[in-house]
Amino acid sequence: MLAEILQSLPQVLIDGIALGAIYAVIALGYTMVYGILELINFAHGEIFMTGAFIGVAMLILMTGMGWLAAMPAVLALILVLVITSILTGFMGVGIERMAYRPLRNSPKLITLISAIGVSFLLQDLVRFITEYKRGNYILTGPSMFNEQFAIKFSSISSSFSDAFFKTSTLILIISVVIMMVALDFFVNKTKWGMAMRAVAQDRETASLMSINVNKVISLTFFIGSALGGATGVLFAVQYGTIDPYIGFILGLKAFTAAVLGGIGNIRGAMAGGIMLGLLEMFAAANLQLLTGGFFGAEYKDVFAFAILIIVLIFKPEGLFGKAVTEKV
Amino acid sequence: MHKLTNKLKGNKLAQIILLVLYVLVTSLSLYLAQASVTAFLLMLFSLLILYYTELPDRLKWVIAGVVLIGVIPFVSSTGPGYQSYMEVATVVGIYVAMALGLNIVVGLAGLLDLGFVAFFAIGAYTYGIFATGQAANFMPFGNFPLSGESFWIFILIGCFVAALFGVLLGIPVLRVKGDYLAIVTLGFGEIIRIVFNNLDKPVNITNGAMGLASVKPPEIFGYQFVYPNQFYFIVLGILLFVILAVRRFEYSKIGRSWKAVRENEIAAQSMGIHLVRTKLLAFAIGASFSGMMGVVFAAKQTFVDPTSFTLLESITILVMVILGGMGSVPGVILGAAVITILNLQVLTEVTNYLNQLSLDGVISFPEALAPAKMQRFIFGAILIIFAIYRPQGLIPAKNPVFDEESLKEGSKKHRKEQITVEPDKGFQA
Repeated sequence: MLAEILQSLPQVLIDGIALGAIYAVIALGYTMVYGILELINFAHGEIFMTGAFIGVAMLILMTGMGWLAAMPAVLALILVLVITSILTGFMGVGIERMAYRPLRNSPKLITLISAIGVSFLLQDLVRFITEYKRGNYILTGPSMFNEQFAIKFSSISSSFSDAFFKTSTLILIISVVIMMVALDFFVNKTKWGMAMRAVAQDRETASLMSINVNKVISLTFFIGSALGGATGVLFAVQYGTIDPYIGFILGLKAFTAAVLGGIGNIRGAMAGGIMLGLLEMFAAANLQLLTGGFFGAEYKDVFAFAILIIVLIFKPEGLFGKAVTEKV
Repeated sequence: MHKLTNKLKGNKLAQIILLVLYVLVTSLSLYLAQASVTAFLLMLFSLLILYYTELPDRLKWVIAGVVLIGVIPFVSSTGPGYQSYMEVATVVGIYVAMALGLNIVVGLAGLLDLGFVAFFAIGAYTYGIFATGQAANFMPFGNFPLSGESFWIFILIGCFVAALFGVLLGIPVLRVKGDYLAIVTLGFGEIIRIVFNNLDKPVNITNGAMGLASVKPPEIFGYQFVYPNQFYFIVLGILLFVILAVRRFEYSKIGRSWKAVRENEIAAQSMGIHLVRTKLLAFAIGASFSGMMGVVFAAKQTFVDPTSFTLLESITILVMVILGGMGSVPGVILGAAVITILNLQVLTEVTNYLNQLSLDGVISFPEALAPAKMQRFIFGAILIIFAIYRPQGLIPAKNPVFDEESLKEGSKKHRKEQITVEPDKGFQA
């Protein structure tokens, strides 16, 4: 059994890191908003999904006009990424303005309900625009970066088999690393980042220190949503087919990642995302083997939620978070 | 108009006459124009009017009973639409009971549960597995499928099993609060659905994605319940029980501690409320209503499969509670009725109408915009709009108001009694 697990390990690692990178960036959006507003932004998964649709729509449009063939594919992708992230960023700001800001002083339950409403609204909005334009809401993007590479793990040791990955996986991982480093720099080293941390710590005191709280919250939503939208595009390029309902479960798992890393903690969310991606891929590949055929790969979602529940019960502050006691 | 309502206010006789007139007119129109959905909806609307009259509560119950048991089944029975009307009414009943269950968890105890449909699924599968040959796959003894007479016991079993799962979910979840709870329950709902979807191996318990077909219909003294008009009365019976139970709970000690926990957990705890017990009770009772209706659902559909228990269903029930008003029993009933009828009747009717128009070439109507597909859009919009503009819902929850003077007098009387009693005790001692 161990030999079989080892055999597939290199491939599991590569797939896991690719999936984990996606979880990590989406988890950033959850964790940033939670850190500042203490609100689970249910709509974040849908922003990711909308980003994927905007990106694919633009790629299809560019193919139709012949631009994609005219310019290098990487340049086209960067262009699409930038435009999509700006659009989804403004979408996030708009959602905050319309659905969350009027409720900032209401009970948490009400804000959460509004967030669920936004999430459902966006799913259907994207569904009917896509269906109206294309007759079907399941969309397949133009195939890009499909070259396969093999890493010869078998030459290191015969107990491993070779791992394969596509160029898009490489692009995905590189872009995610760039995004994370940039965000980490922004939050920790710039003035606006300091303002964000201040608002997250204590909103009222921050506003006394002449920080424009509303602006900082808008900025947080902009950054989180822009990152989410860009990840959506990368997801669509990596996995090919998208539908309007991918955002919800993926968002839920990304939230799990955020909780795993300690909610409100940006570096924790990155680590949690990678960890969850690896665990999930490992479970999908080996669950059947480990449980003697009792549980199959279709239980991988159950596995992710079980992790969430276990973490929340035994270590609700997450692996890298600080425990907070509630003040009366 | 304002004058008219002012005149009506306080005049009970006029209210009764108006109500009776309304019921007569709508039932006559339903009787004559059988195919008209509008007449049926107007007929149901009479119950809302009844709620707003100022009659004594007991009389209201009697009138509601007469309308529900006698008038509605009778006037709709003569035409071709009979079974479809009864089907709608039955489904409304099922959703009302579930929404009332969720209302206890969300509205009274303030615990946002996004996986509520899981309990409904548990109830449905409890009956579905034993009322088909499925149970023979893993049960070492017994003769399956069980006869339809076991249905009545299974209502109770479904209730207990769902309550058990409510407690099982509750125990780990209690350490988690607020918005984490929403996520965990959401995960729980998905887990239950995935498990039911995949539990066909290694032992075939739920028959996986194929679902359980030909569930035995309920039976009593050789009389089989097959048609919606027969299920209508079963649902009505259970619903009556549920409504009475909810009303008793709401003003009992438990109900008041639920509200206290909802308002502030720490304050409630310092007032001596046992947090764990209170929350677990909310989960268990809410789940049990859902479980009962799950059994009825399985028997009515005669088919159970995991696609009936998706997240959309959980959110639909949540929308019912939010629309009607969290914590308000009449509100939740109204919300459940409105949403179910919207789902089953209005959206499909409008879609058919629009399709007809586009077939006739009056307008060109894209298939993608069909209202029947727009549930998520509509529910999402309802949630946002109600959260922002009317968080208390259509019929806000009312707290009983006590007259301070009469309470004081009451307590004085009480004290006098005590004073008079005390010397007696002294004598005896």
